[in-house]
Amino acid sequence: MIPYYLCFILFLVGLYGIITRRNLVKIAISLSVMEFSVFLLLALTGYREGGVAPIVDPTDPVKVYVDPLPQAMVLTAIVIGLATTAMIMAVIIRIYRKYGTFDIREIKNLRG
Amino acid sequence: METAISIITGLMILGALYAIHAKDLLSAVIACGIVGYGLVICFLLLRAPDLAIVQIVVETISLIIMVAVVLDSSREEPYSKTDPQGYVNAVTALIIIVTLFYVFRSAVSVLDPFGETTLRMAAPYIEGAAEKTGSANLVTGVLFDFRGYDTLGEATVLVTAVLGVLTILRIKGKK
Repeated sequence: MIPYYLCFILFLVGLYGIITRRNLVKIAISLSVMEFSVFLLLALTGYREGGVAPIVDPTDPVKVYVDPLPQAMVLTAIVIGLATTAMIMAVIIRIYRKYGTFDIREIKNLRG
Repeated sequence: METAISIITGLMILGALYAIHAKDLLSAVIACGIVGYGLVICFLLLRAPDLAIVQIVVETISLIIMVAVVLDSSREEPYSKTDPQGYVNAVTALIIIVTLFYVFRSAVSVLDPFGETTLRMAAPYIEGAAEKTGSANLVTGVLFDFRGYDTLGEATVLVTAVLGVLTILRIKGKK
């Protein structure tokens, strides 16, 4: 069960970063760290000891495959994660060009 | 296997901690790359080659985007004054973390032990999937045949994100 717990600790590190950091780029980094930990947790739940990658070989019918379902879901989630990261970075660069800082407190004080 | 994954996950945690606390934004972004590429190795160890390929491409692209943003602006962390709000935030974070850890402990107790997953949902997918979908790769079979509409939705999300990025970067802001 140790990998599950380490994976959750990674999630908590990301959460800590989101709550305590004031730099927008670091908040984006923490968000992607949280994303990665969720991907890792889903991939961990599908692993079977002694399993092979879920690719069927007709000449050698191996009986034990790892679970393909979490892998398919994580594949979708990874690509969507890239889309959200690109979107967040675009918003951040717009904010920087308008206010000239990454500090969320200063941005809040400036008020456009 | 469990040990190897634990070691790599530990390295990922260290990289994430460094990324959060680094003074220079560029080194924070590169330390975020430690987490992403460590995830690639974890996927390889977990017998998920498709995920590893996609993750290595996606991580490279997102690193390029982040480095471009950081190089286009100020690199150094703004001087962090010690203010009471920061302590309040840290205490809030610790309280949330402890609460979530207890929730996770009860949640993980219903999971199968690591490495002994029972394929409740995926057993029908695996049985004769190569004949049903015509794809030797079961992940591709699930993605494009059994869950084809899911993939269509993913493509819609991608198009929306691209349109959003274009819109955000094109408009001229009020000076």
